[in-house]
Amino acid sequence: MHRRVLFPGTLLPLLLVAPQIAITSVFFFWPAYRALESSLYREDPFGLSSTFVGLENFREVLSSPGYLHSLGVTAVFSLSVALLALTAGLVFAAMADRVLRGRTVYRTLLIWPYAVAPALAGMLWLFLFSPAMGTLAIWLRRAGVPWDPLLNGDQAMLLVVVAASWKQVSYNFLFFVAGMQAIPRSLIEAAAIDGAGPARRFFTIIFPLLSPTTFFLLVVNTVYAFFDTFGIIHAVTGGGPARATETLVYKVYNDGFVGLDLGGSSAQSVILMAIVVALTVIQFRYVERKVHYA
Amino acid sequence: MIERRPVGTLLAHLSLVLGIVVVAFPIYYTFVASTRTTVEILSPPLPLLPGDHFLENYAGALFGGVGRIGGVDVMRLLFNTTVVALAIAAGKIVISILSAYAIVFFRFPLRMVFFWMIFLTLMLPVEVRILPTYKVMVDLGLIDTYTGLTLPLMASATATFLFRQFFLTIPDELVEAARIDGAGPWRFFRDILLPLSKTNIAALFVILFIYGWTQYLWPLLVTNRNEMNTIVIALSKMISFADAATEWNLVMATTILAMLPPVAVVVLMQKWFVKGLVESEK
Repeated sequence: MHRRVLFPGTLLPLLLVAPQIAITSVFFFWPAYRALESSLYREDPFGLSSTFVGLENFREVLSSPGYLHSLGVTAVFSLSVALLALTAGLVFAAMADRVLRGRTVYRTLLIWPYAVAPALAGMLWLFLFSPAMGTLAIWLRRAGVPWDPLLNGDQAMLLVVVAASWKQVSYNFLFFVAGMQAIPRSLIEAAAIDGAGPARRFFTIIFPLLSPTTFFLLVVNTVYAFFDTFGIIHAVTGGGPARATETLVYKVYNDGFVGLDLGGSSAQSVILMAIVVALTVIQFRYVERKVHYA
Repeated sequence: MIERRPVGTLLAHLSLVLGIVVVAFPIYYTFVASTRTTVEILSPPLPLLPGDHFLENYAGALFGGVGRIGGVDVMRLLFNTTVVALAIAAGKIVISILSAYAIVFFRFPLRMVFFWMIFLTLMLPVEVRILPTYKVMVDLGLIDTYTGLTLPLMASATATFLFRQFFLTIPDELVEAARIDGAGPWRFFRDILLPLSKTNIAALFVILFIYGWTQYLWPLLVTNRNEMNTIVIALSKMISFADAATEWNLVMATTILAMLPPVAVVVLMQKWFVKGLVESEK
């Protein structure tokens, strides 16, 4: 889209974009270029010299059992978070769409987890379920469940999935509510006159018409589960026990800062960038479609 | 409401209340823990009603107590986090509104190149370029500085795109009229564009304040000294280095204090929050 009426001048607009371009170049493009470059080199353990190894780092990363394990962990984690958070958000939105009284109160009380930092969200759930001081952990044990997320990998995964979904429900709720409000009332009324009950109206009209919103949220939730949950995992499990919750982003951090494997960590960064690019492309194709929908 | 279904409506209310209880329970539980003593916290199950150490714990956390756990006062941590959140929000808005203005209202060399450069940053979150970005920060001497904590997070495509989309909806006639009346680019920006953007700025500010307040990976990377930590990082350190002497009542009170400002912003400025959230994601 272009404007017909414009201001003249060259220097002024260049000055106006300068701050953003400067920051972008120094903190985005330069590091990204360095990641690409060092993914092709191997440093000796003292960081004194590096040799060009081509795609060797990628071959090594992609064939290492640790990385494939982390890939599996990430897939399980992201899918569970997206599924749980989307379902909860959709159910709450459908219920909020039904009630007239108290709608704003419900909304206010459902959206505040959005403001809680992911790491804090993880801590809140850790306080509830830590074997040493969690009240719910004690209840679980009394009920005969051998609960110990510090030793049991599946339970640790469950804990971070619940904490990550808890934080994301409010976001999904708001978008589903907005999506439902955009559905023309006349459609729903017509179905009601034809004798369709609330459940049937939901599954044959509301849910299909929400599919752009659902798809958009699916992408956003996946990106969230991939990247923004680093804080939860770092604060709650530290990737453990026995790497059971080591997601790809956590592994990049761990290999780079703790393991000091520059080439391997950079190769992982480059792979992650490829994943982000793919997700962004999917999202933008969808945004194009949404324009036609609206 | 389309038809009367009292049972269905009641069911909807019930499930919403249930949802709210589940959503609020972790926060409530931490609040309860923050009003009790360490001995009570470490001997679960904890009674589900607040204890009577509220004033004691919060005064302890605010005035010196946390210094015994993490080495730095809560006041300092809250100050750091406020600086970071405000600087990121304000900086991002100023930088993005300027570049969006240039890209929409001017035609200049390399315009599309710059546009795509900004657009591409959407695909490069900090998480995918952790190590090289850290090295750039070290080379520039930005470790343990407020500049290092905030400047790299100020450039992002989302805010620029929000302003761009909005500027494109401003009718050409308005620009034309302003120019006929003799307004130059600066005057048009200050007297017409800024007032029109007020609601967008308010909405973005709320979202970006929360974004800044909840940062984790970035502050973790660029701070070595405890005095430069944000409150979220400090808390995560307190928990991972917990030992028998950890005063859990103060940790709980600090957790509540760390959540309070952004939650208050969301609840009190809900209208802007919802607008900002829904529009910045388009």
